[in-house]
Amino acid sequence: MMSCKGLGGEGSAAAALPHVLAVDDSSVDRAVISGILRSSKFRVTAVDSGKRALELLGSEANVSMIITDYWMPEMTGYELLKKVKESSKLKGIPVVIMSSENVPTRISRCLEEGAEDFLLKPVQPSDVSRLCNRVLR
Amino acid sequence: MEYANLRRQAASLKRSLFDQGYLDEQFCQVEDLQDEASPNFAEEVVSLFFKDSARLVANIEQAMEKYPGDFNRWDAHMQQLKGSCFSIGASKMSNECTSFRNSCAEENAEGCRRSFQKVKREHAILRQKLESYFQLLRQAGPARTATRSGGK
Repeated sequence: MMSCKGLGGEGSAAAALPHVLAVDDSSVDRAVISGILRSSKFRVTAVDSGKRALELLGSEANVSMIITDYWMPEMTGYELLKKVKESSKLKGIPVVIMSSENVPTRISRCLEEGAEDFLLKPVQPSDVSRLCNRVLR
Repeated sequence: MEYANLRRQAASLKRSLFDQGYLDEQFCQVEDLQDEASPNFAEEVVSLFFKDSARLVANIEQAMEKYPGDFNRWDAHMQQLKGSCFSIGASKMSNECTSFRNSCAEENAEGCRRSFQKVKREHAILRQKLESYFQLLRQAGPARTATRSGGK
């Protein structure tokens, strides 16, 4: 893995880090998950809807993982997951779902649809470390 | 000396917020995300929370007025607020959100109204206490690390 120290400044160092797309309609949760991901040394882009996530995925080639809230207006995290997995271009990107509610049928539905994992909120740094070690390394 | 005193006051206030059940461990998790790159992360997240929660409380109030008896709608709004409470460790407020949601499930409008008043009260109390906490931290300035003078 390329060292990030002393190579061409901040831009190239940031580009060397895995890029995670965080999707959540709550500004608080976006801030928290972004903070956790950054502290785990990931580059993060946070958006507030599934629609914006798909727009970004269409233009940004370098997303290593998507972590999305389940309950969002207009497009749920499950619907976003489905669209990602139906796309030949995007289906290889691991998708993780987050929810504040522990609903077994919801969890199994997401996992059956191809989600890598289902995290209960509030998400902890240890959840992200464990997950990213498994999915991204 | 002043720095140490202010830091002690802030620590004492934080301890009391935990002892009285206003905050839980999740708040510490948020504070632990602070680093040199984001030294005011916790205050920024809390500020976002109060901006967001004020909007959500207004939405719930409006929904209760405009859509009487629409417990699903009321519950959906409160679910959002509860989620935000969880994220910053606002446990007392979160518990009142749960009471409201329980009343929605029972289709108990009076119960919802009582719980909602408690949600608003806890929201106001928490805002005042956390504002005091962060004000103390701001007055104290950034955390200082011990230095050794002329040492080995």
